[in-house]
Amino acid sequence: MSDVVEKTLTALPSLLSLDSQPGSAKLSSTSKLGNLIRGITELTSKHEEEKLIQRELASIKEQVSSPNTSMMKELMVRAIYCESLGYEASFSYIHAIKLAQQGTVLEKRVGYLAVSLFLNESHELLLLLVNTVLKDLQSTNLIEVCMALTVVSQMFPKDMIPAILPLVEEKLNHPKEIIRRKAVLALYKFYLIAPNQVQHIHNKFRKALCDKDPGVMTASLHIYLQMIQENPEGYKDLTASFVTILKQVVGGKLPMDFNYHSVPAPWLQIQLLRILSLLGKNDQSTSEIMYEVLDESLRRAEMNHNITYAILYECVKCIYTIHPKSDLLEKAAKCIGNFVLSPKINLKYLGLKALTYVVQQDPKLALQHQMTIIECLDHPDLIIKRETLELLFRITNAQNVTVIVEKMLEFLHSNTDDYTTIDLVGKVAELWFIETMNTVFSVGGDMMQPDIPNSFLKLLSEGFDTVEEDRKLRLFAVDSYVSLLQGEPGKLPQRFLQVISWVLGEYSHLREELEPATVMRLLAKLLDMKQTSSETKSWVLLVFQSAQEVSETYGSSMDTVLRQRAQELQHLSQDCELRARVLPQDAGLEPLEVDSSLSFLDGFVSEALAAGAAPYKPPHQRQEELAQAKALSLEPYGLSLPISMSSCSIADRQSPTLLSMSSGLSGDSTDLSHKGSSTTLKLDGVKRVWGREGYLAQREAVEEAAQVEVPSPLRSPSQQAEADSSHSQTPTPTPTPEPDQEKQQLASSLFFGLSSQSSVCLMGKSEPTPQRFRRKAKGQASSSGAAEQISNSLVSAPSAVDNFLCNNLLDSNITSQVGISSSEQTSELSQGPATTNGTCDTEAESTDGDIKGSNPSLIIGDNGLVAADPTPHKDPGSPKDFCLSSHLPAELSELCRSEITPLCSNQSLGLSACHVHKEDSLVLVVFITNSSDAAIRQILLDLDSEQLQVIYHDVTSHSVAMHQFSLTVKRPSVHVEVVGMVSYQLPVGTPQESLTLCRFSCRPLTVSTEEYGTMWLSFSHDTKQNLTLISDGEEPLTATLNVLKEKLQLHIVEIIGMEGIIACQLLRDQPCLMHCRVHADVLAVWLRSPVPDLPDCLIYHCQRALQEH
Amino acid sequence: MQFMLLFSRQGKLRLQKWYVPLSDKEKKKITRELVQTVLARKPKMCSFLEWRDLKIVYKRYASLYFCCAIEDQDNELITLEIIHRYVELLDKYFGSVCELDIIFNFEKAYFILDEFLLGGEAQETSKKNVLKAIEQADLLQEVSNTGLHPESFVNPSCV
Repeated sequence: MSDVVEKTLTALPSLLSLDSQPGSAKLSSTSKLGNLIRGITELTSKHEEEKLIQRELASIKEQVSSPNTSMMKELMVRAIYCESLGYEASFSYIHAIKLAQQGTVLEKRVGYLAVSLFLNESHELLLLLVNTVLKDLQSTNLIEVCMALTVVSQMFPKDMIPAILPLVEEKLNHPKEIIRRKAVLALYKFYLIAPNQVQHIHNKFRKALCDKDPGVMTASLHIYLQMIQENPEGYKDLTASFVTILKQVVGGKLPMDFNYHSVPAPWLQIQLLRILSLLGKNDQSTSEIMYEVLDESLRRAEMNHNITYAILYECVKCIYTIHPKSDLLEKAAKCIGNFVLSPKINLKYLGLKALTYVVQQDPKLALQHQMTIIECLDHPDLIIKRETLELLFRITNAQNVTVIVEKMLEFLHSNTDDYTTIDLVGKVAELWFIETMNTVFSVGGDMMQPDIPNSFLKLLSEGFDTVEEDRKLRLFAVDSYVSLLQGEPGKLPQRFLQVISWVLGEYSHLREELEPATVMRLLAKLLDMKQTSSETKSWVLLVFQSAQEVSETYGSSMDTVLRQRAQELQHLSQDCELRARVLPQDAGLEPLEVDSSLSFLDGFVSEALAAGAAPYKPPHQRQEELAQAKALSLEPYGLSLPISMSSCSIADRQSPTLLSMSSGLSGDSTDLSHKGSSTTLKLDGVKRVWGREGYLAQREAVEEAAQVEVPSPLRSPSQQAEADSSHSQTPTPTPTPEPDQEKQQLASSLFFGLSSQSSVCLMGKSEPTPQRFRRKAKGQASSSGAAEQISNSLVSAPSAVDNFLCNNLLDSNITSQVGISSSEQTSELSQGPATTNGTCDTEAESTDGDIKGSNPSLIIGDNGLVAADPTPHKDPGSPKDFCLSSHLPAELSELCRSEITPLCSNQSLGLSACHVHKEDSLVLVVFITNSSDAAIRQILLDLDSEQLQVIYHDVTSHSVAMHQFSLTVKRPSVHVEVVGMVSYQLPVGTPQESLTLCRFSCRPLTVSTEEYGTMWLSFSHDTKQNLTLISDGEEPLTATLNVLKEKLQLHIVEIIGMEGIIACQLLRDQPCLMHCRVHADVLAVWLRSPVPDLPDCLIYHCQRALQEH
Repeated sequence: MQFMLLFSRQGKLRLQKWYVPLSDKEKKKITRELVQTVLARKPKMCSFLEWRDLKIVYKRYASLYFCCAIEDQDNELITLEIIHRYVELLDKYFGSVCELDIIFNFEKAYFILDEFLLGGEAQETSKKNVLKAIEQADLLQEVSNTGLHPESFVNPSCV
């Protein structure tokens, strides 16, 4: 059918040129209009056209005013034509009305049409039409009634509705369905412009809904959709009826006339689906009624035609709007998938739109289609691009905000449409503002001046220019905070928590779907947390305006402020009137006037004075008097300062060290190491550049750079997998990435943090997080643990992830904020010696490094180092190892050492490392390989745990530089990780960074069974524990011990029957012995060592090793 | 639906139906902007446009563009089918419709549209019913035409 249309319409140009075509004969029934149109098409300039039309209008004007009305219809059509060309013919308006009023039936038709085209609802001439309509509604001629109803449904003066309403109502009972249908639509129009005028006939709408004619019933759904939109509660009882109608339609019970491309009444179906979604929203029992028919609709709509997709789309929207049902959601998700993946651009667009609609409920769905979404982001059609941005806007979180905002700004640059620009700029500001403030709060934390959160809240409550913008901003803040609280609120700084609780208290009602109980629960969780300070708790309590139980719990708290708040709460919750007065909703909107002179207390003060109270003296005056009164002031000097001043000065300081000292909190590693080595040493300015993560300024710069460069091209996943599997692969330049990789990179940065196990399911590959450098697991001892660490280390890249056996570090989400993870670590450190879990402190001594650093024969490229293998990546494994090992100094190459393992590499620079077991210490040897053609300058190797920094001035092309660090293990540890960073400058001038990651483990202790026996008796510290046995195939004991041997580098001394003995050592005189016995299904392990914490330490790692197996 | 526009590839407006009250000035501005935007789009592009706070659904049939403005929550695909159904109706009525039919008989095109869409909503989706309504009204017209306007039978074959 459409083909036919296409063909005929394509033949148009030939029609225009050939007059004798049969089609053109019927073209103009009115010759004057035909002449006019032909005249216009012959003209060449706009000016000529104008002249012609003006002439035409003048002639029309002359003729319409003449009493001869036989030409009226034709004249009116010409007037309409001139108007539609953009020339005003207002003189004809009144004649149009006259024609509708006085003409014959056919003239009326044109007259009504002209009126509906010329005038709009508010035009004053329309009043003149009321009488005509009244007359025609009462006409016995059906066509006249139809015409009147048609014009009424399009435009009618609002105030005149009562005049014709009874007549229109009457038509609802008309025997002709066409009249009933038009009457219903006229009432719909009345409902839209004056809803209260038709309120009394609601039951007549029900009659229309039950009309035997499907057309009338369909028309009545327009009204119902509108009414249900406004008040879904009022029409819940109709749900079953709507469901029945839909069932009948879907089941093909309607007459064939209503089929459209063999789909039964699609318009009706869509209308019903929209109504059902409104009714089922947030209502489980109502939703349950419609599950079956929705399923049926999904199933029936299988034909490949736009109309089926239209129904499917509406169905999917409905399923996601109503109370969820898992198998329907599954089907709907599949549907969306089909849309998104469709090659038809219209369907793709709708797929994106549907995704945008559902993404908040089901972020995983967006993850599934992330590659398609990325492709759409670069789609040549701006509309697709924009819809994609809209989708991204909905999934913005702290991790991907940078990339998304960047994409939006990119779009803005290419966009010319003002409306889009305004919309997008608003969104960027929204994301940026809240997200940036979130970062500021989490990083700045409690060290921030109190002014900052205060002014932030002030800004939020006073708002900006438009109400709508404010609402959106607040909503966004609420959403963002709820998700933060649902995460790990324990890690957030107290100040931030205070801000969060305030915002939630004030604005969480804006988000209608969000139940107050949910917010309360989240906030109550804060109250129950140990870390939450009492100040924060009192903020939270303020939010609980009516939570009785909470106030009861805290009403007996030891903290006075808390108790007072709780009491206030209790009173407020009991006294509604008081509450309304004290805590009006949206009170934040009204500017508060602070009476700083406290004049409202005047009465009280004068009363008290009259009663003989001493007059008030300001504190400094009291202080002075006090000082004068006493000969010796016992007060510390600091107290005479106003308190706010002192707190400010603390906050001002940049160094966390100072703060931690003054606040008594655990400080950073700098702090600790200094405390450990020389407690008397006073820290001041010089050392302050070292924060808990090392060199402070440098760090921040690096982190920023790393974030910004996230979307930059990287290596392909296959290479990554390769890197992971082969241990001995050399650090080689990565080949130029393909565009595909870029997209995957972009995907991972965009969808980061969307799902809890994002790193696993993102790309369906093991390591989706964008990494700028190839990093590799080291040695057998560290395989899975290291991999985990590595895959996570991107986000925490610059942080010192020294793995001090802190289970929380291993278990917890390392993707968290840098500052947080390191602070956690330091607190662990400070408690270290006391806990049974035992921590270790790698106190690396830089002395060795310094010595080696000054050894010219080994280090710097100037002296002509051996060139690195020019094609190293083709020849991985031992040759490279050998090649690098030739750089080892003689005294080290003799000793037992680990394999030289590449740590990371990029096009120009490769980093490898190994550790050498010296008798009394461990030496970490780092090789820096320059595989580029140019010299790399100013290499800065910066290891975190010892704040050791070595500067190589440069490394010439294709050469290797080596550097050693001596590490002394001060406290027992099985695994130690040293994390560091390399920054360097390419000749181009762009500084880049990389991350080294090394891991040491304990070494096997080779002893005989007899020696073992004597040692066992002499060791004092022991631990017993049961471990799970591994039973894959071979004998469980041997299997388990072999796993331990492999993973932890232990030495199996002997296995006798069901018992086995194992030995290992950290350093020469720090051995640990292990005795294992199979007991039922478990392995009973007994460890002994002269070092206090070592057994606990080792048992923990044994557990981990077996779990990971 | 807020309005429907029909315009040619050259940007000439052929039909316009407004379902929301707007001033003439606004109408002209919207028309100008939209015609420009739609004509600038390439054939393989999406039939949907976000324009101001409205969705524009358009489809091209030979030299004619059919263009509807709907609200955000409306279904784009069904709007596309509304356009198609209208073209079907025109085709059936004129018998292989072409742009010239609509130019010279624009009032008929309006009548058909009014029978199909009323107040911006689909009024009657049965093709048969729409055409029946039109024919009944036309019947009266033809009869009276013969009687009253003999000039309409002058052969205007020189288009």
